[in-house]
Amino acid sequence: MSDHTTHHEEHHKETFISKYVFSMDHKMIAKQYLITGIIMAVIGMVLSILFRIQLGWPDESFPFLEKLLGKWAQGGRIDPAFYMSMVTIHGTIMVFFVLTAGLSGTFSNLLIPLQVGARDMASPFINMLSYWFFFLSSVIMTWSLLIESGPASGGWTIYPPLSAIPKAMPGSGLGMTLWLISMAIFVASALMGGINYISTVLNMRTKGMSMTKMPLTIWAFLLTAILGVLSFPVLFAGVILLIFDRGFGTSFYLSDIFIGGEALPNHGGSPVLFQHLFWFLGHPEVYIIIMPALGISSEIIATNARKPIFGYRAMIISLIGIAFLSFIVWGHHMFITGMNPFLGSVFMFTTLIIAVPSAVKTFNYLATLWRGNIQFTPAMLFAIGLVSLFITGGLTGIFLGNASLDINLHDTYFVVAHFHIVMGSAAMFGMFAGVYHWYPRLFGKMMDDRLGYFHFWLTFIAVYCVFFPMHFMGLDGVPRRYYSFTSFDFMKEWLAVNRFISIAAILGSLAQFIFLYNFFRSIFKGKKAPQNPWNSNTLEWTAPVEHMHGNWPGEIPWVYRWPYDYSKPGHDEDFIPQNVPLSQTMSSNLPGDYGTHHGSKASH
Amino acid sequence: MTTNTSEIDEIKSTPWNGGRSPFNVEYGKMMMWFFLLSDAFTFSGLLIAYGALRFSSISWPNPDEVFQSAPGIHGGAPLVFVGIMTFILIMSSVTMVLAVEAGHRKAKSEVSKWMIWTIIGGLAFLGCQAWEWNHLHHEGAWWGSNPFLNEDGSVASTNFTNLFFTITGFHGFHVFSGVVLNVIIWINVLGGTYERRGHYDMIEKVGLYWHFVDLVWVFVFTFFYLV
Repeated sequence: MSDHTTHHEEHHKETFISKYVFSMDHKMIAKQYLITGIIMAVIGMVLSILFRIQLGWPDESFPFLEKLLGKWAQGGRIDPAFYMSMVTIHGTIMVFFVLTAGLSGTFSNLLIPLQVGARDMASPFINMLSYWFFFLSSVIMTWSLLIESGPASGGWTIYPPLSAIPKAMPGSGLGMTLWLISMAIFVASALMGGINYISTVLNMRTKGMSMTKMPLTIWAFLLTAILGVLSFPVLFAGVILLIFDRGFGTSFYLSDIFIGGEALPNHGGSPVLFQHLFWFLGHPEVYIIIMPALGISSEIIATNARKPIFGYRAMIISLIGIAFLSFIVWGHHMFITGMNPFLGSVFMFTTLIIAVPSAVKTFNYLATLWRGNIQFTPAMLFAIGLVSLFITGGLTGIFLGNASLDINLHDTYFVVAHFHIVMGSAAMFGMFAGVYHWYPRLFGKMMDDRLGYFHFWLTFIAVYCVFFPMHFMGLDGVPRRYYSFTSFDFMKEWLAVNRFISIAAILGSLAQFIFLYNFFRSIFKGKKAPQNPWNSNTLEWTAPVEHMHGNWPGEIPWVYRWPYDYSKPGHDEDFIPQNVPLSQTMSSNLPGDYGTHHGSKASH
Repeated sequence: MTTNTSEIDEIKSTPWNGGRSPFNVEYGKMMMWFFLLSDAFTFSGLLIAYGALRFSSISWPNPDEVFQSAPGIHGGAPLVFVGIMTFILIMSSVTMVLAVEAGHRKAKSEVSKWMIWTIIGGLAFLGCQAWEWNHLHHEGAWWGSNPFLNEDGSVASTNFTNLFFTITGFHGFHVFSGVVLNVIIWINVLGGTYERRGHYDMIEKVGLYWHFVDLVWVFVFTFFYLV
């Protein structure tokens, strides 16, 4: 430990560049991830509002759209090709740039070293590279919105042939190329981040921080990183083959294609092969998104219910179970590709098993809240909101996991409703919860609670108003990714609902400006944060409020207990931080507390 | 409750109890292992795609007829040239092992000697691959064009050559990156970087990468040349 200390105290004067730009400090990198993620989220949100305007008012023209989008909205009506592009880029940005990099990039970076008791990440340099690769890929993805032929438009899943043949549609040309370049860089960033997180958690824990004394946030980040390290490379392999199909005349994903009545020479490939490679990433990816949010909410719910988390080990086992199962369910995205019905039933079986660990987590949240002394901070509200959304969206997941039902519901608004609730909104709520909870740790200031409450209630109501009606549209067979529903009689009756959804979406996104105002204002004008504003047990609250290299002056605190000693009977305060030795809490110690140290003695 | 207080607070020094690395490796080597795991998934993705495409075809070219030449031998000698390539790559892994071993003894000149042999082995492998690619290209094979017939005499899908050039190319790119890394490390050895640092762990880390690339070649070799 001592050579660690000296190693980090070598740092001398910092320039602006080394402190704020090419910083190797995990706390600064966390802020960089968060702010980049917020900017990308705003871009993704604006895109969604634009296409919601189209869906809500398909026959009206809005002159401001032409001012904003130029040739993509001539006469104030959005161009159908650009509509497809917006849907594609909205999905890509939200899935990868906001909820993957923005969420786990921010909180893994901030919390892993602080909560396991490390001076910094295993390799601060690779950590810095990881951020800058992410930044570069964000810039390229945003840039692709501005090019003449428009950004990629084949959907965020970039299925061939639309993605493999550059002349298939406007966005399949340069837009798709930029998409692929951006994602290749993104994969490199995710890999560098992931191996860093794993090595830090395994190798750099402070003395006493055994795997079963780690906060659930760390477990979630560790398993998320493992998922990323194992699944992104398969997407990378798929993308390599796609690049050859696009530029080198190969036929990995192409066979028997006709464009304008003319046959392409490609022969022998299979577009379904790409779907397999894509969803081998794609399904773990949704857990990469939701697991950090689940970890964050475990921590926040236990802290603010002032109760130990219910079923700590069950929570860990269910996280491991979800992580493992996520690799063997990808076929449930492909029930309608003509797969063998027996294989379909295998994927259905593994998919439905995921309901078990998910339900364990849900019930453990509820049991933790049960008769707790709940502190309704904005972070707590968002964490409870996450549980609500996780249940609502999880239940529709059971519908969609059934092959026979999915064949009817596939590519309808039912699917849109399902994943926007369970993965999109729930993970976003986890991210908001994390920002409200750890803002004092990130910026040393407090956010405004009142604005936080407004933000929560408006967002929560808007999310349900936007996504809940979509279930009914989907059950009626309304397909997703359609530019307008006015050409089909049976869909026309949904216009009023679409308009309602669009209004709710616009109001919900306006509510996000409350958050942005609160976030940026508090950096400068927020109240100064106390040492431990939420009376929390985890190690990050023992580090000084002012950020410093190496996180703790002097020795890193040792850990003597698990992180959930809240309201322990016999103790004066309702929390006992992890670094308080058992000898100082004799009045509240239980025989089990010595378990790992003196378990054998006690049983004699 | 009557236990001695200092005894209560004692933290057992088991590998997983924090304060030390549970696997007794430093973080850099662990990161290399995780990177290799991830890279193994990339190659698995490519090779599984190869299997899927190959077995969705009714027939496939016979490798013994496609790869039957070597410099100076025009046909009729399957597996000879690729055998030499494989031998070279495996020998370069042996010299890498010797470099790592010399690193443990902190024998700078020996490390340098074995690193040079490893670099030469890597370059020789790349040279062989370049010859083979060039040879196949002259026979009309390239991405998108396949002159070889299926075993049953029917016209083959271009995916035979597409996959061959893509996957051996991707592997060759790994070998090339490995050679570049080895050269950088070798320069550091000569400059005395690791002598000053007191250990030659970096040799072990690039060694892991080099053995991995070698291992991947065994699979690529099996799938393209043997079966």
